[in-house]
Amino acid sequence: MGHGILLSGGSEVDFMIHGVFEYSFFGHPVWITTSHVCIFIVMLLLTVFAVAAGRCMAKASEVPGSFQNVVEMIVEMLDNMVNGSMGQAAPRFYNYIGTIFIFILVSNISGLLGLRPPTADYGVTLPLAVLTFSMIHFNKWKYQKPMTIWTDLCSPLPPWLPIWMPINIVSAVAVPISLSLRLFANVLSGTAMMALLYGLLGWFATAWPAALHVYFDLFSGAIQTYVFCMLTMTYISNEIGDGTRR
Amino acid sequence: MDFNENFILGCSAIGAGLAVIAGIGPGVGQGIAAGHAAAAVGRNPGAQPKVMQTMLLGQAVAETTGLYGLLVAILLMFVKPLLP
Repeated sequence: MGHGILLSGGSEVDFMIHGVFEYSFFGHPVWITTSHVCIFIVMLLLTVFAVAAGRCMAKASEVPGSFQNVVEMIVEMLDNMVNGSMGQAAPRFYNYIGTIFIFILVSNISGLLGLRPPTADYGVTLPLAVLTFSMIHFNKWKYQKPMTIWTDLCSPLPPWLPIWMPINIVSAVAVPISLSLRLFANVLSGTAMMALLYGLLGWFATAWPAALHVYFDLFSGAIQTYVFCMLTMTYISNEIGDGTRR
Repeated sequence: MDFNENFILGCSAIGAGLAVIAGIGPGVGQGIAAGHAAAAVGRNPGAQPKVMQTMLLGQAVAETTGLYGLLVAILLMFVKPLLP
């Protein structure tokens, strides 16, 4: 960390991404970083859970056992969330929203397992937001007439006067940037705060920082996951409108 | 004109301190949102879960501007983009 942050123990403050393994990709040096390792661990956890849930549901019983009960509860909760904000278009988005919800949630709270949360890397949140962005525009072209899209693009002024169009394009491009930066900055701030606490207080930071973990990892992580999914659903259902194909 | 490393680090630290002043705005905004949510729950206690949900969503969106300031501060302090 070099000199300069604070006087005591500043050299132990560390929440940056580290390179683990370097290889060459068409002559460019490319790194496998700690984010890749952590995202792989998260992926492994989710895969194990999904396989176990699938095996459990394959021989599901009328009266659910404990694990089947938990799985059913998770699926029901996610479906209710999607139903609540997408209306009749909801069934086609159960899978996507459920997947990103579980992935982002487990990534955010993986700080509790001692990992560096993968979502505290802008290279993870930006692709998620770009997925949302492409879904918004795919559904826009699927459900709206080109003329309506053009009118919306020129919106406060009449369609034959596209002076306002550049501003509207900028605001459309700002959507994925603000979505990804919000998630990234929230998780990064939690990670930085905990790293500063552990790095600067040293042995004094035993046991009681658990209370802060509850706020920074669990509460903040869950809220930001919810916000990301909610905004994705709101944007998409805005484009779908009443659901009639053009 | 060239400055030495310590001068740049010191100015970066001042800049980081100034950048997190951005936290004032979201703080006031979130407080207003929470106050109105409390008033809404007081008027209609039955709607408490719904009000809570809306309030948290709105606050999390309002928080974004403060987080941009925090991001700039973290970049200045730890990535040190101004060092040559």
